Amino acid sequence: MEKAKTLFDVIGPVMVGPSSSHTAGAVRIGYLAGKIFGEKPDKVTFRLYNSFAKTGRGHGTDKGLLGGVLGYDVDNEKIKTAYEEAEKRSIAFYFEFRDDYTRHPNSVDIILENTNIGKMEINGISVGAGEVAITKINGYKFNINGDYDTLILIYKDKPGMIYRVTALLQGQNINIASMHCDRKAKGKQASMGICVDGAIPDYIINELSKIEEVYLIRNIEVLKK
Amino acid sequence: MTDLKNFADILEIANNKGKRIYEICQILESENTEKPVSDIRNRVKNIIAAMKSAINDGLKSEEKSTSGMCGDDCAKLVYMYKTGKSLFSTLQQKILKYALATVEQNARMGKIAACPTAGSCGIVPSVIIAVSEEIDIDEEREADALITAGLIGKIVSNKLALAGAVAGCQSECGVAAAMAAAAVVELYEGTNEQIINAAALTLKNIMGLVCDPVAGLVEIPCVKRNAFLAIYALVGAELALAGVKSIIPADEIVDAMKQVGEMMSPKLKESSEAGLATTPTGLKITSELEEKWNNQE
Repeated sequence: MEKAKTLFDVIGPVMVGPSSSHTAGAVRIGYLAGKIFGEKPDKVTFRLYNSFAKTGRGHGTDKGLLGGVLGYDVDNEKIKTAYEEAEKRSIAFYFEFRDDYTRHPNSVDIILENTNIGKMEINGISVGAGEVAITKINGYKFNINGDYDTLILIYKDKPGMIYRVTALLQGQNINIASMHCDRKAKGKQASMGICVDGAIPDYIINELSKIEEVYLIRNIEVLKK
Repeated sequence: MTDLKNFADILEIANNKGKRIYEICQILESENTEKPVSDIRNRVKNIIAAMKSAINDGLKSEEKSTSGMCGDDCAKLVYMYKTGKSLFSTLQQKILKYALATVEQNARMGKIAACPTAGSCGIVPSVIIAVSEEIDIDEEREADALITAGLIGKIVSNKLALAGAVAGCQSECGVAAAMAAAAVVELYEGTNEQIINAAALTLKNIMGLVCDPVAGLVEIPCVKRNAFLAIYALVGAELALAGVKSIIPADEIVDAMKQVGEMMSPKLKESSEAGLATTPTGLKITSELEEKWNNQE
């Protein structure tokens, strides 16, 4: 790991082995992707790159990613039998292994699908010591690492949207720790990722869902670490 | 009290306040995380419980890892010790068994506590738990020892990333051994200086240790290295308890490790492009595994 922030960065995490970056990190990326998709997928495709592709099968990266999508934490001993569990839940899963050195050494694209939502592509990286980041959702840039409760929005790009969302948070006395916005083109769709101190109450989610032209709202809770 | 960046600071503050290093560490952790010391100690005890479970599960298993390269070496020791044959005292026998039990458990996708990393997860628990069994120590003292170990790792990580890919194995199994050595001195109630000296002496002698895993997996040489470095931690502790000092101060040793880590070729930092990974046997294993996995696709 890079510089330890707490004692528990050095002792722990309690996790299923063998690798913090290739197993525990994979579980966390899968877990976040599953929460961002937000429903049971019928089909999941994992596209592993570089070191994930080369050494992933020996490190159980495949089982970790799938186990994460199934909702497992890094210390869940069922990670080892994630394939069987996914079959039991009727989730079809596929793995592809690729080289692309323009990508981070430990990257994965996770494509989740079901009939209600359709298809969602989530990109993640494992940066070491079990720390991860979700870097894109459906092509929009994000930086979600599970250290904070995070509000994810995809909406129509128009003036005042950021104000409306942040005003709502302010109204509930919620402090924003960091914020990340992106858009594909002016007037088209845009995205917002907001990390907050503390929890995001259901009230906020209900109010946000009343705003027209918000296409996706997710409240991703802080990861258990 | 602000967060302490180096060994000299921690020693000065602990000695000025007349406290042991783990006491300073838990106060700091409490201040930084805004949680009571009792919460921190409970979390440490939960980690110790997980370490003990990993040892118990590992001692009972001979299951091979996914690659098939390891998983049954701990059982060989258990078997030999049953016959009464050994070069070692019961303490050292336990350390060896517990280190292999833990790290084999890791390789077979069992549950372990990373300490500081998953690949070095056998060193600190094997040493703390074997010593505590041998000298009959309670859970509170085990927690004191693990907090001491954690502080050593945390201070090293201020300068040196604890990752084979950044600084080689010196920063993983090497740092784990220094953490374990310091923990043993705490268990034997050595002085604060002796705790830091145990870590310093240990770190000096693993400088430059490379990370060259066969097929990129946490197995060869990682599994057996955990056993070696767990015993090696005892040397650091024993010397420090006898009053042997590191002439080079601990903080300067960490600076030197960082320098060495930066000078080390990337080929020797977890990329499996040199060392054991590219020996004829290492390459043969790598290509056999690649073939096996490609056939599974």
